[in-house]
Amino acid sequence: MTSTAAALLEQWLERRLNDEHQDWFQSRLHKVLTSNSDRELHITLGLIPRKLGRTDLNPTATELADANSVLPDWNPTGWSIDTAARIAVLCRLAEKDPATFSDTIIDLCRNADLAESIALYSGVALYPHSEKLSRQIGEGLRTNMRAVFEAIAHHNLYPAIHFDENRWNHMVLKALFIDSTLSPIQGLDKRANAELATILRDYAHERWAAGRVVTAELWRCVGPFAKGSMIEDLQRVAESNVLTEHQAGVLALTQCSDPRAAAIVERYPETAASIANGAITWDAIAEQQLQDSGTSA
Amino acid sequence: MMFIDPHAHMISRTTDDYEAMAAAGVVAVIEPAFWVGQPRTHVGTYIDYLSAIIGFERFRAGQFGIRHYCTVGLNSKEANNEELAEAVMEILPRFALKEGVVGIGEIGYDEQTELEDKYFRLQLELAKELDLPVMIHTPHRDKKRGTTKSMDVCEEHGMDPTKIIVDHNNEETVREVLDRGYWAAFSIYPSTKMGNARMVDILAEYGAERIMVDSACDWGISEPLGVAKTAKLALERGIPQEHVRLVCYQNALSAYGQSGQMQEDDWLNPAAIDQRTVYEGNSILRGGREPLVQDSAVKRNAGNLIIE
Repeated sequence: MTSTAAALLEQWLERRLNDEHQDWFQSRLHKVLTSNSDRELHITLGLIPRKLGRTDLNPTATELADANSVLPDWNPTGWSIDTAARIAVLCRLAEKDPATFSDTIIDLCRNADLAESIALYSGVALYPHSEKLSRQIGEGLRTNMRAVFEAIAHHNLYPAIHFDENRWNHMVLKALFIDSTLSPIQGLDKRANAELATILRDYAHERWAAGRVVTAELWRCVGPFAKGSMIEDLQRVAESNVLTEHQAGVLALTQCSDPRAAAIVERYPETAASIANGAITWDAIAEQQLQDSGTSA
Repeated sequence: MMFIDPHAHMISRTTDDYEAMAAAGVVAVIEPAFWVGQPRTHVGTYIDYLSAIIGFERFRAGQFGIRHYCTVGLNSKEANNEELAEAVMEILPRFALKEGVVGIGEIGYDEQTELEDKYFRLQLELAKELDLPVMIHTPHRDKKRGTTKSMDVCEEHGMDPTKIIVDHNNEETVREVLDRGYWAAFSIYPSTKMGNARMVDILAEYGAERIMVDSACDWGISEPLGVAKTAKLALERGIPQEHVRLVCYQNALSAYGQSGQMQEDDWLNPAAIDQRTVYEGNSILRGGREPLVQDSAVKRNAGNLIIE
């Protein structure tokens, strides 16, 4: 998988780079793979954005389909050219030196600038999995830099496959805590669990007690596991004057098997109809919240 | 008016300072690697320090709409710890090509010892090899001779003066630095370096060519608004607006832009990837919409009791 992913990335780069840049990239790649020290690797990763630029990759629909056939749910939508090139180099290196690869990644992370950190973590699903790599990803999650955290949490299929429940739950909670969004987390619904629902409900209460806004997205991971007083919490959210919160409350209630939930949903036939016909979804709510906050780029 | 502060140790400053700088029109800062107030004793702490100024500090600045760049190097004080110095020289090349690194610096002399001289020269060679600008820290003591010596050594190593910024100038050093073709930077730093009224006199006498103003703000009693306040004072005292623009903005951009790592587009028209990740945009450049920075005068007033 690592090598087929590398081949695909190289193909995408070839389509986008002019001949000079393409030749430069291939010759640097050759140097990295034939060198005995890591000097060439450091220089190459450092020079990539300077030589190849930092524009968005903007993969086409066909390219995304190709990505999916190499690795189901691989989604490089937000990658830039330099990120793609750096990850291609790393995948080739992993293919060549699988035994030392995780040490290489740890060393690179220690010296990485922001864009490099983003690239190193964006590619983790394509690298050979190892315990050491897993520990380094734990370090990455502890970052204060939102973009680095999101390189792991968003549009990345690694967490859903490899994180244990505790790490998964804390990633979701941290995403909320740093005002990030949940909808780009892959496997969010599949990995929802009762423990997470409890943690998030407590977090919502903490925010309410402090007079702070609770993002409507939070309830996405609560609905399917809501029981006891959580139903009253969802009712409170459904009664909100803020449209996205109201929609989230009702949507979460529709995903809850408790009979009390169905009774509350019946009070909002219009919202329930929009949920039934697919107009109200968690992604749509997240998108609307982003627009309401005026921060969408 | 847009300003660049080409010498600011933001790692030692608070978010209040970032807010105040953004509100005053600072769009970019350059953070030279320096002495952190007490000696580092392991290369590991040096590595983590350099990682912080290329990483977290850049991110922190971006939250306030300020673009952050840095220079990397072994400072003159720590050049005197030979074991540390050797180890730092080993790892410097790794950092010199990172994103946003606009030069090697601040390097030069402190007490003008043999070891300082050795590592100054080695770092000049590194800058030459990597084709990077150099920021020279001129010594606080025996400044005039130290400044002359710094330039002599640059010339011995065949350095191009148009890629060298000689910093911490004063009335006594400026003439020679400009005559020899170097960029002359002035640190507006209370008590020990330049005051801004003296700076305005220098601008009146020497004009704006190859001169730039910085704050050198750090862990000491210093002024992160040094550039913005000097610009205002200069305009009030009749320095032409174009000269103020040159010394408080354009010259720093021209000098450090030679690294290829700093362009006006970085803040006027940032790459899409940066807007999504590390750069929140500057409220002043956005025409004052959704101001990112609170009125710091209001916030800092101890009578304003509510913290939310």
